[in-house]
Amino acid sequence: MHFRNYASQGASRHSEAESPDQDSGVTMAAPMLRWGCRGRRWAFARVDGGSCHRRGAPTGSTSNRIRGQSSVAQQPLHTAQKPRKGEHKWAAVVGLEIHAQISSNSKLFSGSQVRFSAPPNSLVSFFDASLPGTLPVLNRRCVEAAVMTGLALNCHINKKSLFDRKHYFYADLPAGYQITQQRLPIAVNGSLIYGVCAGKKQSQVIPKMVRIKQIQLEQDSGKSLHDDLRSQTLIDLNRAGVGLLEVVLEPDMSCGEEAATAVRELQLILQALGTSQANMAEGQLRVDANISVHHPGEPLGVRTEVKNLNSIRFLAKAIDYEIQRQINELENGGEILNETRSFHQKLGCTMSMRDKEGKQDYRFMPEPNLPPLVLYDATSLPAGADPQQVINIDQIRETLPELPSVTREKLVQQYGMLLEHSFTLLNEVGLLEFFQNVIKETRAEPKKVTSWVLNTFLGYLKQQNLAVSESPVTPSALAELLDLLDSRTISSSAAKQVFKELWKREGKTPGQIVSEKQLELMQDQGALEQLCHSVMEAHPQVVMDVKKGNPRAVNKLIGLVRKATQSRADPVMIKEILEKKMSL
Amino acid sequence: MWSRLVWLGLRAPLGVRQGFTSKADPQGSGRITAEVIEHLERLALVDFGSREAVARLEKAIAFADRLRAVDTDGVEPMESVLEDRRLYLRSDNVVEGNCADELLQNSHRVVEEYFVAPPGNISLPKLDEKEPFLHS
Repeated sequence: MHFRNYASQGASRHSEAESPDQDSGVTMAAPMLRWGCRGRRWAFARVDGGSCHRRGAPTGSTSNRIRGQSSVAQQPLHTAQKPRKGEHKWAAVVGLEIHAQISSNSKLFSGSQVRFSAPPNSLVSFFDASLPGTLPVLNRRCVEAAVMTGLALNCHINKKSLFDRKHYFYADLPAGYQITQQRLPIAVNGSLIYGVCAGKKQSQVIPKMVRIKQIQLEQDSGKSLHDDLRSQTLIDLNRAGVGLLEVVLEPDMSCGEEAATAVRELQLILQALGTSQANMAEGQLRVDANISVHHPGEPLGVRTEVKNLNSIRFLAKAIDYEIQRQINELENGGEILNETRSFHQKLGCTMSMRDKEGKQDYRFMPEPNLPPLVLYDATSLPAGADPQQVINIDQIRETLPELPSVTREKLVQQYGMLLEHSFTLLNEVGLLEFFQNVIKETRAEPKKVTSWVLNTFLGYLKQQNLAVSESPVTPSALAELLDLLDSRTISSSAAKQVFKELWKREGKTPGQIVSEKQLELMQDQGALEQLCHSVMEAHPQVVMDVKKGNPRAVNKLIGLVRKATQSRADPVMIKEILEKKMSL
Repeated sequence: MWSRLVWLGLRAPLGVRQGFTSKADPQGSGRITAEVIEHLERLALVDFGSREAVARLEKAIAFADRLRAVDTDGVEPMESVLEDRRLYLRSDNVVEGNCADELLQNSHRVVEEYFVAPPGNISLPKLDEKEPFLHS
C-alpha cells in the first residue's frame, strides 16, 4: 500500500481561510495561488466602467452607484470611462464558492437537531462536541439532497465518493478538522443556466451558463461570538456538524450582476428541490467570491477572495467594488495581493483580512472512520438489498421536483406571457403563488392578470418596500376587482382607483368601494348617446377639427364627454359612439 | 501495516503525523530544515523544543521511508482499510442533543451556556523571534 500524497494541494481550487463564520473573525491565512488558467470562458464581458451589461446611460458605472451609497469608499473614476487609444480594456473573472445548509432534521454525521435558533449548545451531541470515542454516522437524507442537487445541476454523480479531513485550528471547530470531500466529491462537472436582464428597458433575458466544478458534502462549524472587550470568544456549537453542500462555480462570470443572478437561480433551484431553504439572511446560503482582473488575451491576474457576503444585493456590490478596486490599483502601478478580503456593508467596500501567518496547509487525509460512499443506479442495484441502506440515483432522478426553468416555460406556454415576466414572477418571493391564486379565482384573461400583478401590484409593493406576504391586497380581492373590470362594470381607470383604495387596508371589498364611490360605468347606451350628441352640439369647432383629421381633437371630445359623465363612461364606448355619429 | 505505523506514531511522543514522507527528504539526506520545523509547529501546534526531538523526527521519517522498498507498480492503491465495508446510512431522525449542561462541564470557562475560548487567532512568534536552537 502506498500513501496518497496530499502534497499536491494545488489540486484543490481554493482554501478556506477560516471557518465559514457569519461574523468576520480573524482569518488564518491567505488562500493558495493557483487559479487554473482556462482557455475559454462562457460568459465573457468587457468591463467598461465596471458595468458589464448596458444599463441605459453609458456613464452609469458601478463606481458611481457605490459612490452614491457611501461617503467613505470613494474611488477615482478616471480610469474607467474612456480607454485611451492603444490602452487595453479590462476583463474581470469571478468564481464562486457557495455553501448551502442542507434542509434536514438532523446533522450530517450525528443525530442532533438542525434548527436555526435554540439555546446555545443545546443542539449538540457528544460527536459534535468532538468528545473522544465518538464516531461519524452518515445521514441518508444529506446524501439524497446532494444527489438531487447534483442531478438538477446536470452533474455527473460519482458512484463512489470519499470523505477526507481538512485540518485547521479554530475554536468553533472542536475536532481540529472538518470532514469534507476533497479527493472525490459526490458530484462533478455540471452547469447552471441563468438569465441576465439586458436591453434598453431590461426587458430582454439573455441566457448565460456557468460551469459547476463540483458539489461536495461537508460539515459546518460552530459559531463564534467575538467579545473584544473581555478579549474572549464565545462558542456555540449548535451549528457544528450541520450538513453543507459546497457548490463550486467555475470562474465563468464577469461581474457582480452575473454572479448575483447565478446565485439567485441556484437559490430558486435549491428551494424548488427542497434540499436547502437557501435563505442568505439566516446563514443557510453563504457565498465567497474569487475575483481577478486581466487584459483580454493575457494570462489571468492574481485573485482575491471576498467573504462576508450576506445578501444577493451586497454580493453584486462587493464584487463590482472589488473589480474596480483591482483595476484602479493596477492602473496606478500597484499590484494585487493574493489575499482574503471582507466586505463591509456600511462602507460599501472590501477590506483586507490579512493575517501575518502566511499560507494555510490543511493536511488533507482520508477520513479513517468512513468507508467510501457508494451509490447505485437501476442497473447496478444489488439484489435483495435493504432499501434503507442503498441509494438509487435513477430513482432520485425520477422523483425530482419541477425546476424553476421548467416552471417558467410552463408559465409562458400556459398564459402566453413573455419570458422576462416569468423571471419576475419567480424572482419575487411569494409572487408566483399570489399570481396563481388570482388566476384561480378570476374570470379575467391571464394576460390581464399578468399585467396587473407585474405592473400595478408589484409596483405598489416596490414603492413601499413590502414583501408579497405583507401586501394589503389579497389574491381574492384582486380577483374580484379583475372580474368587475372584465364584466365592464367599471372602467380601467376606475379599477386603478379601486386598487388604490384597497391598498389603504380599510377592510372593504372592491364591490363595496365601487358602490361607495359610484364608480360603475354607465350602462345606458341611449343616455350615453344623448350626452355625446349634446357635447358635439356644444363644441362645433372641435367637431370640425376632428373632421379635418386632427387626431388630438378626438381625444379632446372624448375627454369632454367623460367629464360630462363624471368619468362613469367607458372611453372605448364613447369613442365608438362619437365615431359613428361623425361617420368616420 | 497500519497498526505498525500507529505504534510508531505513539512512540514518537510529539504527536507527529505519520505519512509525511517526501517533503522533508527530497535528496535522501535525512535532514530537516528549520523552515520545515517551523511549518510543522504551526500546523500541528506542537513544539519541537530540542535538537533531540528533531533527530527523533528524522529517524521516524527514515523508518517510514523504508516503505519505498516495496514495489507497488501496477497495484491499485487502497482508499482506506475500510474500503470493502458498507457505509452505514442513518435515518434522518433527531435522537441526540439536549445535553448542554453535561458538555459545558468539560469547559474550563463558561459564560451563559457558551464555551469560552481565547480571542481569534493568537499569532505564533516568527522563526527569528524564537530561541534559535537550530542555528547554533
